[in-house]
Amino acid sequence: MKRVMLDGNGAATEGMRLARIRVVSAYPITPQSPISEKLADYVTDGTLDAKYIRVESEHSAMSCAIGAQLTGVRAGTATASVGLALMHEVLGVAAGCRVPIVMPVVNRSLVSPWSLWCDHQDAMAERDGGWMQFYAESAQEVLDLILIAYKLAEKNDVLLPAMVCLDGFFLSHMPDAVYVPAQEDVDKFLPAYKNDNLKLDPDDPMFINDLTGSNEFMEMRFQQAVAFDYAQDLMPGVMAEFEEAFGRKYSMVEAYECEDAEAVLVSLGSMSGTIKHTVDMMREQGRKVGMLKITSFRPFPAEAIRELIGHVPHIGVIDRSASLGSETGPVCNEVRSALQVLDKAPEVQGFVAGLGGRDVPPTTIEEAFDTLLNDKTVAAVKWLDVQDNALRLREVDA
Amino acid sequence: MSACAGCGLELGARYIMEALGENSTLVIPPGCAALFSGYGKETVTKIPGFQGNLENTAAYAAGIKAGYEMQGREDITVLGMAGDGATVDIGLQSLSGALERGDKILYVCYDNEAYMNTGVQGSASTPTYAWTTTTPGGKQGYRKNLAKIVDAHRIPYLATASIGFVEDFRKKLAKAKEATKTGPAFIHLFAPCPTGWRSRPDTSVEIAQLAVTTRCWPLFEIVDGVLSITKEVKKPKPLTDYFKLQGRFKGISDEQVEAVRQEVDAAYDRLMEGRV
Ligand SMILES: Cc1ncc(C[n+]2csc(CCOP(=O)(O)OP(=O)(O)O)c2C)c(N)n1
Ligand code: SF4
Repeated sequence: MKRVMLDGNGAATEGMRLARIRVVSAYPITPQSPISEKLADYVTDGTLDAKYIRVESEHSAMSCAIGAQLTGVRAGTATASVGLALMHEVLGVAAGCRVPIVMPVVNRSLVSPWSLWCDHQDAMAERDGGWMQFYAESAQEVLDLILIAYKLAEKNDVLLPAMVCLDGFFLSHMPDAVYVPAQEDVDKFLPAYKNDNLKLDPDDPMFINDLTGSNEFMEMRFQQAVAFDYAQDLMPGVMAEFEEAFGRKYSMVEAYECEDAEAVLVSLGSMSGTIKHTVDMMREQGRKVGMLKITSFRPFPAEAIRELIGHVPHIGVIDRSASLGSETGPVCNEVRSALQVLDKAPEVQGFVAGLGGRDVPPTTIEEAFDTLLNDKTVAAVKWLDVQDNALRLREVDA
Repeated sequence: MSACAGCGLELGARYIMEALGENSTLVIPPGCAALFSGYGKETVTKIPGFQGNLENTAAYAAGIKAGYEMQGREDITVLGMAGDGATVDIGLQSLSGALERGDKILYVCYDNEAYMNTGVQGSASTPTYAWTTTTPGGKQGYRKNLAKIVDAHRIPYLATASIGFVEDFRKKLAKAKEATKTGPAFIHLFAPCPTGWRSRPDTSVEIAQLAVTTRCWPLFEIVDGVLSITKEVKKPKPLTDYFKLQGRFKGISDEQVEAVRQEVDAAYDRLMEGRV
């Protein structure tokens, strides 16, 4: 294992290289483009024994990947934002055909208006489509979660595709020291891909994805739901194996200073680092706050969340996306429904922050904690750092 | 599982499967060809197949081909079999992508000149003045010249074919399959649809032959950029012979017939000069 400077995109690329993907079909989009470019370099210079298909759209990127992987090889692609949205139709095909593709998603806002910067609206729009979703806090986590995702996704009881989500620019473009495992060690952890389920092979012909009647459709959907349950059960074991092989510990949710906390903020992705920092600061001032980071958003670890923060009187959830027309953000809704089954269910305050790449500094986090600690909770959701009169936006120069 | 009586596509599919052999894999988008994909646990194909989406037949095929290649199985023919809607309209982007990259796939567009599976709506391949449910007064404007678009990609093999000229079609299938050793091969197959064309099921082959002999559907091939007409039509038959067998041209006026005559003759002359 060597330690090298890598940004999040670099870490994603190393993860895909180490997983020995054999077909690459990638289409550039900010902030993911460096993944597509680096994979092209690797295929050209022989570092990666793969065929590179220079597709003409993300829709085709995912279609190519599905086709390739159905023949029995790992296929790789990556995307972000509108690229992910364009894939939407085909993401459902990967999920329904139980093709365990692992794809880095570099989170970026969805239009409109245009924004190049980070929020989670793109991935959240796909949250119910049958893909597992893991969110990374650091470049190291990007690499590690990719390997963990492959191991889990390809288990015969799971066979679900997985997105490894990393925050655009905050993670994708920020260099960090990352441990890159040796290929031999990864090969031991992640053996070559074999598809025993649906496959395209003239020696064993089958027709995949034809029209299915209502007598079977629901059962097939139910099988996918059951697979998520298996994934949830199997994940701790996979993470333990990963720890044994590479020495780094992972869990579906990570609790930070939650045991005696009076207020806890729940988050995903890179923002968790800022929250940890703010927790440290506030703890020094004697204020009892904590953080809960959700690494696996799909499957959603409801039970673990109840165990870890069910006792905390004030809970807030910061969503980096808005669920328009709903009371609060998607993560908040999930956390609320996870906790509401408890006898003394804590109140859960929703926050929306950091849309379109807006920075979420410690002062903002502190404001959220203050809201919780001073019991100034508002009915449903509080948009942090949004201007008082958000309806008056800008004067347009003629 | 069966197509409508007299379906040109069904006939075409038989010849295609025969020519491909068992060492092949099939991609079919939604559309009437999905009848062959099957329903539930039944399928009519004896080779592996995948039913994709409407836009991405070529992309799935390219991925499948790449997967096989990476496993040393270059010998497997990967076929995309898509309707005109799935090819000239919504699927044109992915087709163009695969052709430009030189993916070694065979693509057959069966052309029934409309979206049949969703109830006879007009496509970019619907001919001028033909009735469809979305061109109720007859289609205005020209059909998209698919062969010209495909030719612009400089692929090793491109041909038009018809279920009315079986030997010609068979030869082209064999050449196309061979051509996929070097790059993409494309066949544009004329496939009458009694249901959508408002024609009698027992006239499908006759209609297909008349389309060629009136010059409405010229048969040619382009091998490595060189065009040759494979069925010359020196003295074209009257267009009315062709139109009168089809309810979709019921309202066509004499002036419109004349306009079509000029159009198809001009297109034929271009072919004679070696241009699409
Ligand atoms: C994205 C998308 N839009 C619309 C449809 C509905 N649809 C299914 S088949 C079809 C028509 C296909 O026409 P064509 O490719 O010409 O084949 P044909 O039905 O004539 O055999 C349409 C529009 C779809 N499946 N996917
Ligand atoms: S609608 Fe037309 S193309 Fe479709 S099965 Fe019937 S005859 Fe064939």
